[in-house]
Amino acid sequence: MIQLEARASASRLATWLSPLAALVLTMLGGALLFVILGVDPWQGLRLFLVEPFNGLYAWGELAVKAAPLALCAVGLSICFRANVWNIGAEGQLVAGAIAGGGVALLAGPETWRGYVLLVMAAGMLGGMAWAALTAWLKDRFGANEMLVSLMLTYVIQLLLGYLVFGPWRDPYGYNFPQSRSFDEAALLPTLWEGTRAHAGLALAFAAAAVAWLFLARSYPGFRLRVVGAAPAAARYAGYSPRQALWTSMLACGALAGLAGMGEVAGPMQRLTTSVSPGYGFAAVIAAFLGRLHPAGALVASVVMAALYIGGELAQSRLGLPASIVGVFQGLALALLLLGDTLVRHRIRWRRPAPAAR
Amino acid sequence: MAVHRLELRGITKRYPGVLANDDVSLAVAPGEIHAVLGENGAGKSTLMKIAYGALAPDAGQVVWNGRPVALRAPDDARTLGMGMVFQHFVLFETLTVAQNVLLGLPAAFARRTRHGWLAPLIERYRLGLDPDAYVGDLSVGERQRVELLRALAARPQLLILDEPTSVLSPEARAALFATLRQLAAEGCSIVYISHKLAEIRELCDRCTVLRAGRTVAVVDPRGMAQDELAALMLGSAVDEVRTAAPRPAGDPVLTVRRLSVPAPAGQRVGLRDVSFDLRAGEILGVAGVSGNGQALLLSALSGEETGMPDDVIRLMGRPIGRLRPSARRALGLRAIPEERLGRGCVPEMGLDDNVLLTMAPAQAAAGGWVRRRGLAAAASGIIARYGVRAVSPRVPARSLSGGNLQKFMVGRELQGAPRVLVAAQPTWGADIGAAARIHQALIDLRNAGGAALIISEDLDELLGICDRLAVMAGGRLSPAVARARVGADMLGRWMEGRWDDDPA
Amino acid sequence: MENLLPLVAATLNAGTPLALAALGLAMHERAGVINLGAEGMMLLAAAAGFAAAFHTGSPWWGLAAGAAAGAALAAGFALLVVVFNASQYGSGLAAMLLGSGLSAFAGVSYAGRSLARGETGLPLLRELPWVGNTVFALHPLVYATMALAVLLAWFLYRTRAGMLLRAVGESPESAHALGYPVGRIRTLAILAGGLCCGLAGAYLSVVYTQLWSEGMVAGRGWMALALIAFGMWHPLWILLGAYLFGGLTMLQFQLQGMGVQVPSQFLAMLPYVCTIAVLALRGANPGWLRRNMPRSLGRPFLPER
Repeated sequence: MIQLEARASASRLATWLSPLAALVLTMLGGALLFVILGVDPWQGLRLFLVEPFNGLYAWGELAVKAAPLALCAVGLSICFRANVWNIGAEGQLVAGAIAGGGVALLAGPETWRGYVLLVMAAGMLGGMAWAALTAWLKDRFGANEMLVSLMLTYVIQLLLGYLVFGPWRDPYGYNFPQSRSFDEAALLPTLWEGTRAHAGLALAFAAAAVAWLFLARSYPGFRLRVVGAAPAAARYAGYSPRQALWTSMLACGALAGLAGMGEVAGPMQRLTTSVSPGYGFAAVIAAFLGRLHPAGALVASVVMAALYIGGELAQSRLGLPASIVGVFQGLALALLLLGDTLVRHRIRWRRPAPAAR
Repeated sequence: MAVHRLELRGITKRYPGVLANDDVSLAVAPGEIHAVLGENGAGKSTLMKIAYGALAPDAGQVVWNGRPVALRAPDDARTLGMGMVFQHFVLFETLTVAQNVLLGLPAAFARRTRHGWLAPLIERYRLGLDPDAYVGDLSVGERQRVELLRALAARPQLLILDEPTSVLSPEARAALFATLRQLAAEGCSIVYISHKLAEIRELCDRCTVLRAGRTVAVVDPRGMAQDELAALMLGSAVDEVRTAAPRPAGDPVLTVRRLSVPAPAGQRVGLRDVSFDLRAGEILGVAGVSGNGQALLLSALSGEETGMPDDVIRLMGRPIGRLRPSARRALGLRAIPEERLGRGCVPEMGLDDNVLLTMAPAQAAAGGWVRRRGLAAAASGIIARYGVRAVSPRVPARSLSGGNLQKFMVGRELQGAPRVLVAAQPTWGADIGAAARIHQALIDLRNAGGAALIISEDLDELLGICDRLAVMAGGRLSPAVARARVGADMLGRWMEGRWDDDPA
Repeated sequence: MENLLPLVAATLNAGTPLALAALGLAMHERAGVINLGAEGMMLLAAAAGFAAAFHTGSPWWGLAAGAAAGAALAAGFALLVVVFNASQYGSGLAAMLLGSGLSAFAGVSYAGRSLARGETGLPLLRELPWVGNTVFALHPLVYATMALAVLLAWFLYRTRAGMLLRAVGESPESAHALGYPVGRIRTLAILAGGLCCGLAGAYLSVVYTQLWSEGMVAGRGWMALALIAFGMWHPLWILLGAYLFGGLTMLQFQLQGMGVQVPSQFLAMLPYVCTIAVLALRGANPGWLRRNMPRSLGRPFLPER
């Protein structure tokens, strides 16, 4: 019988080591999985740990995946700090893609060069609007934001499907469910020649910096953190949970919307039925791995991006299904939770104890 | 001599930082009603938890009917024949009375019951309960009777009751006593844990007095005067007091008229028609065992509890009933809640951040940005001035010991220069030095013309620093009397709600 | 009339996986545990079930494999939540990710394959005119689900064990103080619930569509979670709610069949939108929630000794 005993204080070192330990153990678990599948574990692990960092183009690809992840993860960090469980960031990402894509479609070959700024603004607003729906339902009706945001994710994905099969379909696209490709003016500039890394990465860094400033240094950010950390203390202080709810949801919506816009106006350059391979959900893990700190979210996003790329490489080079990434993600989260428990508690093996003497 | 029903020998139990029980002994004869008397924190609850197996002692022995037993869980105690009625009800609101009773019995026993088996038992002890009523619909007194019924259904040889009458009406109490006497006459021993002197003298055959974790005396309460008992429990003659020089009180700064708040969900007691005046330059104490509405009184005054009319509370003449806590602070009313971590402070944030919690926005931030340097300085100032033992102003609040955190919170609120300070259990968990520091700070506030309302279970504390004293019982507040006119006798009566009997 | 019976039959069919999953999750929630991994359990079970049915040729083995898969993932969840006292929300999400990842992984070689049609319908009743080849011609699991709902209702409200489960859900602290093994009770409830979710997932791939595709559960796991609140945590109301939601899915096809000119995607949104409406309605009535919701839902419980 395992008995948990709370430790007097959690050591700071342990708090930062545990995500690291979780990742290491996840890799070990992955190695085991490879062995079971009859693949050389070293080969397999190389694809996840080494290959994604191998060369300029690889770093570019890493940036392509890390940018949307980081944007969402930073936004989710704010939400989770406020104790708002916005699991449906994926939906807000898609909303941003739709809004941004819609505005992008309005551009023509002659449109002014700065049009992409409008596309970005549209992406942000789209994400914010979708997030506002969840926030309103929670504020007005007390509806559980987790389930509502998730349901809305399914709804918006269906909406995207409708648009891309219907009114926005490319008339010259051989009936594929996708929009026409966007004109130059509506595309995000690439950061480095020879890669696909786009300005979304710069946005991610900027977002992390702004989020950090907000959370760590601003008064509204402080109030938000108190609401999330100790609701009774927030009540005592007179802080408003409603403010925290709306601020965090709108911020996350804006960032997720930017991420979605970044996908369609960046590497994809058009709208299709599948705008994201689940970035919004992977960002949840990245946020936790990064300990809900914007800088941590950035680093964790790079790690998660490497996982994604590893998965793609595993598919193309070893013939393994790409969904192996999901296994890694789930394992990482489970191990992180386990680590968190161990950081705060001691394990005692105990028979039901007899009274002393 | 006949063998004792229950004997506790040399029980010792230590928690980090406090010795809850120090070589405590207790002996209960068959058919005896035995009181365990002591203030809060004296170690009564810990001792009883050990007696019925919920806790393991560090040293000592539990002896049942002459044989030492090793109790691994409350189930063992129940099997032996002990019944417990807890202070905090262990009832399930969505189940009926009969179902609650069944859950308290071992499965084997429960299988042998037939429909209507409870009725004779209820009848016999005149408990007046409907077995098919949902506990969620019952009043507090009725719920306690369900607890009693559950304990009785197992036909115990020993019944332990923990503070059973804190919220009972006089009729309900009389009925309870009748039942207990009947049980004792039938041979069941009763352990009656309480701090209520009058009840103990009325009901009990013998009494073990605990103070600060030790057995102080074992006496026959019926042969003693009430203040003798009080003296044993409190450790000093109540009427000898550390005086703070009396001062003429000024104008009322806080007026409360007919404050009524319904009991929050899941709790026993609300506030009923609470009225009082708090004057400038005085400290008003509110005595009483917790659970009688004190927490709600503080929340209503601090602004955490909402939904009352604006003019029920007036601060220097101005109605504030609808103002939120930050607005009340701006007007000069500050509060220190009983719960430190999680309410008074955010546990994982540093002391500098926690200073920010109750700081005026104008001082705290400029243009939306927190003034971090000012925070660290403010925190350091409090640490220095109130002797808080903290390594730096940035350490997380939860790393501080209880007493130190208390000093910090008192210092933080006093730094805000309040006109009125409301505090609950201001020195709970603090050592003598810290408590003295805090008391001095409160007296300084009062001497400078401020006013303080101190809600506390520690009578010593209240009698030491308060100018006037009132008592809370069952959600009602007694009139306030000058300290000089307070006697142990009167306090005991008032804590049971019986102040209307006394001429004002 | 002729259209109604097939519609009813289709509704029962569509509602069954929802009902099964919701009933299983309701067991969790009655014990005070919220399991966000529902979708993952169902996905994993769908894959495992399809694989087993495909290789053994028998849908029954498929269902059994699905149930086992669901229970296995639930066991991992129980380990995290009960033994290691981890956050219920985080653990549920981890289970969801693992389940969906493993399922997509395991199911990849089965995409595009299909299963042989198994035996359906209730004996004897099958022979009745009209009702015989519609309402009574469904897979036995449909009827078993109805029976399960009745059984669970009886269990919860008429047996001591069920009473104990409700007590644990209301206040694990009190149940612990009375000496009951809260951890063990919660674990059993979680395993039983996982079994049901697994059955639901397997039903989708083995019976309902007889196909496997990635992500085929399409959010039903999340809908099941909302259904529990809709059904006030009572098995019979949950069953009804599941059929209602299933009916919505059918409505989509009905409307298309009737020539209603609404794009299919908007009709497909109906179940999700209705779930949101349900969540809003339930959330707006806190008094009702307080009376019916297991009070300790979502709170971690750590016994002290």
